[in-house]
Amino acid sequence: MEKEIYRRPAAGTHPANLSEAYKSTPGRAPRRPAVALPHTLSEITGPLLAEERLDALENDLTRQRMGPPLGERILVHGRVLDEDGKPVPKALVEIWQCNAAGRYHHPGDQHDAPLDPNFYGGGRARADEEGRYHFITIKPGAYPWKNHYNAWRPAHIHFSLFGPSFATRLITQMYFPNDPLLPFDPIYNSVPDGARHRLQAAFDLDSTRPEWALAYRFDIVLRGRNATPME
Amino acid sequence: MSKGLTPSQTIGPFYVGTLVKAYRQDLAPPNVAGEHVEIVLSLHDADGMVVPDGVFEIWQANSHGRYNHPDDRRNLPLDPGFEGFGRASTWLDGSSQFSTIKPGRVPWPQGGLQAPHINVSIFARGLLNRVATRLYFEGDPANAEDPVLKMIEPARRSTLLAQRDANGTWRLPIHLGGPQETVFFDC
Ligand SMILES: [Fe+3]
Repeated sequence: MEKEIYRRPAAGTHPANLSEAYKSTPGRAPRRPAVALPHTLSEITGPLLAEERLDALENDLTRQRMGPPLGERILVHGRVLDEDGKPVPKALVEIWQCNAAGRYHHPGDQHDAPLDPNFYGGGRARADEEGRYHFITIKPGAYPWKNHYNAWRPAHIHFSLFGPSFATRLITQMYFPNDPLLPFDPIYNSVPDGARHRLQAAFDLDSTRPEWALAYRFDIVLRGRNATPME
Repeated sequence: MSKGLTPSQTIGPFYVGTLVKAYRQDLAPPNVAGEHVEIVLSLHDADGMVVPDGVFEIWQANSHGRYNHPDDRRNLPLDPGFEGFGRASTWLDGSSQFSTIKPGRVPWPQGGLQAPHINVSIFARGLLNRVATRLYFEGDPANAEDPVLKMIEPARRSTLLAQRDANGTWRLPIHLGGPQETVFFDC
């Protein structure tokens, strides 16, 4: 039997599909166990989107409109790594978020908070050879979401990564350290206890720009490969 | 020096339009080799209701069975202009359409070939993890010897088989739950 190329996630890493406190899961979470696939070319290849051209300002969400958005300007940066700590070079990182008032630029968002015509909320960055990526944005607000009485999402930025293969695809959310809403959020708390802190960015004083913006560091760790080479 | 794998979270309801330049539904310009096909995927919840706020991603080999990726090192042609990746949000009726080519066969690690298939990822509000499945083409003679289809109990294999409608479009409904729950893969 050949050894698998990518390591299976350790138990206690990802949320259970069915997390009752998050009320959208019972109607949508698959109930039957997923069938384990051996890693074939279909799983170890994946879109690298290497040809994708990024415009110069795509990673600066404060300069995509006519003027600067309202809110607290922040820097969000980090590295895309695998489980061995090796960088995932040239990774495409996509983010989306609400504005400083807690409102998405999206027709489905009916929250009674102002839209900001200068904030769209989507960005992309290409990591460098060391896996480092950078965004300039504004700190997203908390927003109510009707999951339960007085439910508010903690401030968060959505992140989407492909990694080197179909098997490494990941969509996640970055939270801010010590947000008082975290203990009450069913989506954050769907992640097992020992792993959920990985979704909190670190306040990064060394990377702040004096007189300009505070900084947060969020490293993203994708699945690593087993030691045996594939040849 | 690992910090441990980053856990998955839902894509949430509000990505449409904010996922910048996300969508690619026409994968194959006319000059790409192979049989050009139209594919409609639709997404349904456990109660059979359509899911109008989901995202499909597809990943596939070209008509020669070659993936556009450095880990596919076989000496088979790559088609310029064909990457093999598509992404679309679901429409109000829960469906997404892709124009692509029918993929060729790719090898199975223990020998032999897999039947033509397209790898599918599904994201939506209420899905805390990406769910993955495969689309096969009903009536393809290679299906009978496909090692993945053979792993699945016969009664559920049809959940992976797209059917061709009167217009020639391949359609595959994907059921997240309920009696017709699609076979999903841990990949
Ligand atoms: Fe959100």
